[in-house]
Amino acid sequence: MCGIVGLFLKDKALEPRLGELLSDMLITMTDRGPDSAGIAIYGAGAPGKVKITAQSADPENEFKGLVAELELAGVAADVTLKSTHAVIEIAEDAVADTRAFLARKGLRVMGAGESVEIYKEVGLPKDVVARFDIRAMGGTHGIGHTRMATESAVTTLGAHPFSTGADQCLVHNGSLSNHNNLRRVLVKQGMKFETQNDSEVAAAYLTSEMAGGKDLGQALTSALDDLDGFFTFVVGTKDGFGVVRDPIACKPAVMAETDQYIAFGSEYRALVNLPGIETARVWEPEPATVYFWDHGKAA
Amino acid sequence: MPVFDLAKTPLREFNAALHSVGNGDNDTAFEVLNPRGSHALAVGIDQPLSVDVRGSVGYYCAGMNDGGAVTVHGSAGPGVAENMMTGTVTIEGDASQYAGATGRGGLLVIKGNAASRCGISMKGIDIVVHGNIGHMSAFMAQSGHLVVLGDAGEALGDSLYEAKLFVRGEVKSLGADCVEKEMRPEHIEVLAGLLEKAGADAKPEEFKRYGSARTLYNFNIDNADAY
Repeated sequence: MCGIVGLFLKDKALEPRLGELLSDMLITMTDRGPDSAGIAIYGAGAPGKVKITAQSADPENEFKGLVAELELAGVAADVTLKSTHAVIEIAEDAVADTRAFLARKGLRVMGAGESVEIYKEVGLPKDVVARFDIRAMGGTHGIGHTRMATESAVTTLGAHPFSTGADQCLVHNGSLSNHNNLRRVLVKQGMKFETQNDSEVAAAYLTSEMAGGKDLGQALTSALDDLDGFFTFVVGTKDGFGVVRDPIACKPAVMAETDQYIAFGSEYRALVNLPGIETARVWEPEPATVYFWDHGKAA
Repeated sequence: MPVFDLAKTPLREFNAALHSVGNGDNDTAFEVLNPRGSHALAVGIDQPLSVDVRGSVGYYCAGMNDGGAVTVHGSAGPGVAENMMTGTVTIEGDASQYAGATGRGGLLVIKGNAASRCGISMKGIDIVVHGNIGHMSAFMAQSGHLVVLGDAGEALGDSLYEAKLFVRGEVKSLGADCVEKEMRPEHIEVLAGLLEKAGADAKPEEFKRYGSARTLYNFNIDNADAY
């Protein structure tokens, strides 16, 4: 099954409440998937800085003295520790050194970018949300996922959202049938994969398409031709928020729009606590149709 | 009139109250507040009750209805009125996929749009959709009527048996073995009755009828090579 939620804010007054609203939406979807949960929050980033969210199975030991260790590796970093995750803020030009350091240390990278922070773990949404204090987080848009695994193992890396490019992330309800072949094609193009998961291939595919010059909307349109299988995707970029369903569209999806936000839920239940939902325009996204919003373009 | 506020009362209590109504009881008009997208609301009604739901519901609302009159003053999730036997289910808003699936009787009225697979495998139910319907609607539909005032999506009536389909708007494409058929006076009469029952303001003459070409009913020896 899996449960997906997404919230793209239009009204700045709601931004401090993004984490709280998204947390409640995701917890409502718990019975669609109890294996693992994750949230990507797009918040304010400092210009010229990059945030890398890293994860450790042994945070007490591995995160101890992280700032000093990074300094030894030649990287000046601000580190915020949250349970098993560390958000490492560095200068743009220090990304390669930082990634190399994290790889040497055996820490996993959940995502990186100017504004995105990605938190994901095995466990129920309510526990994952609490351990990372998601409710306290503000931001412009965010995406959440609660997983019932059908492809690949139930691990932190197998949890959604998948991030394969700067400030990009994807959550998926469904299963792809041509991901093994597509992964081989993408590996030849130089993409790197962390898991055997089909959704990671979808994320990497979109990253690859956008690296070729497409915007998120165009990349999602190509996905309809190139991805085979069942999918409802919700995708985030630094400024953008996209939704697409396969032509069969058996994976559920509901959207709502008001002057304040655009919201996505696997079910209407996920949306019922949003402000003004009673008068929102609520609709089911059409099959094989790309929905795409952009903060940059909306302004 | 018993009123159940699902913000305070568990859904199971409400469904149990519906099932505890006996033959000939007087208190048969129920109202539900704050359904908040709940699943399986008002399923398994087996008495001539009326239920007014103030808000939107989730999966499988009014499933297996046998004699009830359920009105959802909002939209419905997947599988609304699935396997209805008799009675009426009215959705004031939109319905998600496979509305009225496998229904054996009764009337399902959707005032908004219905998504994909509306009336899939219907077996005698009448479905009237005031708006549009999605793809693969009436797939393998066996009997009953599907009336659509708006447009129909791809592959309408694929592998159809004897259900009768009436569409006023455009049909994006017909499924395998589904063909347009002549509208004869008896069809106009049936359609007029359904439109009236569903409170639909439309003239039966504006509709086209679709049905089974019946070419899949029997094995065709020319296709033997395919097996």
